[in-house]
Amino acid sequence: MPQNTARRAGRRTTRRFTRRDIAVLGALLGLPVLLDVLIVWGPALASVGLSFTSWDGIGDIHWVGGDNYENLVQDYPAFWPAVRHNLLWIAFLGLVATPFGLLLAVLIDRGIRFSRFYQSVIYLPVVLSLAVVGFMAQLLLGTDQGVVNTVLGNEQDPVDWLGDSDINLWMMMLAASWRHTGYVMILYLAGLKSVDPELKEAAAIDGANERQTFFRVTFPTLRPVNVIVGVITVIEALRAFDIVYAVNKGRNGLELLSVLITDNIIGEASRIGFGSAIAVVLLGVSLGFIVTFLVQELRGAREK
Amino acid sequence: MTADLKSTTRAGDVTPSLRGAAPRPRPRRGRYGVHLFLSAVCLAFVAPLLLAVYASLRPYEETARDGYFSWPDKLSFAYYREAYTASGMGKYFTNTLIIAVPAVLVTLFLAAFVAFAVSRLNIRGGLALLMFFTAGNLLPPQVLVTPLYVLFLKVDLPWWMSDSMTLYDSYWAVILVNIGFQVGFCVFVLSQFMRTLPKEILEAAVVDGAGVWTQFWRITLPLCRPALAALATLEFTWIYNDFLWALIFISNPDKLPITSSLNNLRGQFFTDYNLLAAGSVLVALPTILVFLLLQRHFIAGLTLGSSKG
Repeated sequence: MPQNTARRAGRRTTRRFTRRDIAVLGALLGLPVLLDVLIVWGPALASVGLSFTSWDGIGDIHWVGGDNYENLVQDYPAFWPAVRHNLLWIAFLGLVATPFGLLLAVLIDRGIRFSRFYQSVIYLPVVLSLAVVGFMAQLLLGTDQGVVNTVLGNEQDPVDWLGDSDINLWMMMLAASWRHTGYVMILYLAGLKSVDPELKEAAAIDGANERQTFFRVTFPTLRPVNVIVGVITVIEALRAFDIVYAVNKGRNGLELLSVLITDNIIGEASRIGFGSAIAVVLLGVSLGFIVTFLVQELRGAREK
Repeated sequence: MTADLKSTTRAGDVTPSLRGAAPRPRPRRGRYGVHLFLSAVCLAFVAPLLLAVYASLRPYEETARDGYFSWPDKLSFAYYREAYTASGMGKYFTNTLIIAVPAVLVTLFLAAFVAFAVSRLNIRGGLALLMFFTAGNLLPPQVLVTPLYVLFLKVDLPWWMSDSMTLYDSYWAVILVNIGFQVGFCVFVLSQFMRTLPKEILEAAVVDGAGVWTQFWRITLPLCRPALAALATLEFTWIYNDFLWALIFISNPDKLPITSSLNNLRGQFFTDYNLLAAGSVLVALPTILVFLLLQRHFIAGLTLGSSKG
């Protein structure tokens, strides 16, 4: 209550900012906005425009209307598998890797010994470059001297973990989860640390067991972290590119929308218009998710 | 949210007395299980990395004969020396620093101010601004590549800024793209964080006549240290590990950052996995060190509990 009156009082004051304040605001808000328009939104809009054209990057640009989209949906065999793989990737990170990261954070947050050590080790993969991850996938999963096949003892008839189009997507999702889990865990750990311990104590006094305390008391206060983790999970899944590209250039079972875009834009054919059309599909899906999240955020902020 | 927390703790008059009481004994039974589980997870997580280190210490002939999962005859650092000298890694490390350090600092500074304006000043259109930045960061990079490439080729720079005379093929291009792209993420995270800071501190400063800059630089930013440290770690890692932007916007191989040098190594010695392993470990080392060093600061900041005014 006192907060509300304070804010209202602030609004009533007509001269909230001095001239110097406005100069500071103008410069330090203007610069990042300008940069974001030039680097992100401008090019994104330009890509939408290009998706209705036919262009090889050098010659003239021809307006072709919705032809690119029609070709994409009807005549491009890699499109629907890529959509399916992207959705599977979202589901895997969201239903396996993210909850696993939360579980690890909760276990480590209980104040057990060596928690710093566990935390550091689990976070470690996040800081590795994808060149390293792709390389390690080959060391582990290769057919010749790969560790997994050696351990399984099937050198005579090795499983082609990275080449078999029924298996390789799962291996890639595992590799992606290897990095994703640690990231999620660190975010949740930060969130859990800021949960008021008195809340948990109060719940304990009221006779709640650990599980009840977590789901009824702790988890609801983690809402801001949940939103961030949700966004990161979906976006990482939609952006997945480097790992599959490092392994087999995103072919033979590893088709993803991001790979198809790259193939069409910087590949030999250089079909910029067509590649842009795929980019717009990915853009649409991404924006769909992010708008949902932001609307939820907005509602949450209003309720407060 | 902070209001909720406070009212709860105030309502529970019992809590102060509990604070002094001895900590409640936790159930002993589950503890060994937890340690066992976490140790197993840790082992699984670190195994691939240890394997790469192990492979890098052994001659290729040996692993080619016995496989990577075998007992070593001979261990040496020879591959590290070879990987470092053969690909000229020192130069690429320098390039990475030239790109990543300014990119991280400027990103955090600009993002912190936007987040401050959006979440602390209640400026008009703040929410729209937040959405503008957040959504921008979530766009897939592939959507932006072609128009940016065309644009950067058209921007001329004086020779003392870029020896290519254009924005294309200069450090500026990669720095700018990284800042422009990452600011959105940092704005989102920092505004979330700043919303948990108590309003009263800022209100007190305003009463004392503090301007916007003072409210931002002297009052809000110091409270954000844990969040800034965490973000700096993440951002440095991402910019360090990124090779898409550098590959697209830099054509002179001498200007490439380190991650691309591993790409060169992969091309030159693609049959010798053990040399590649040594190169990979060298490339991975700086981000691991940065994390381990900043982690202390990060956790210290978090345990200070900046959300409690």
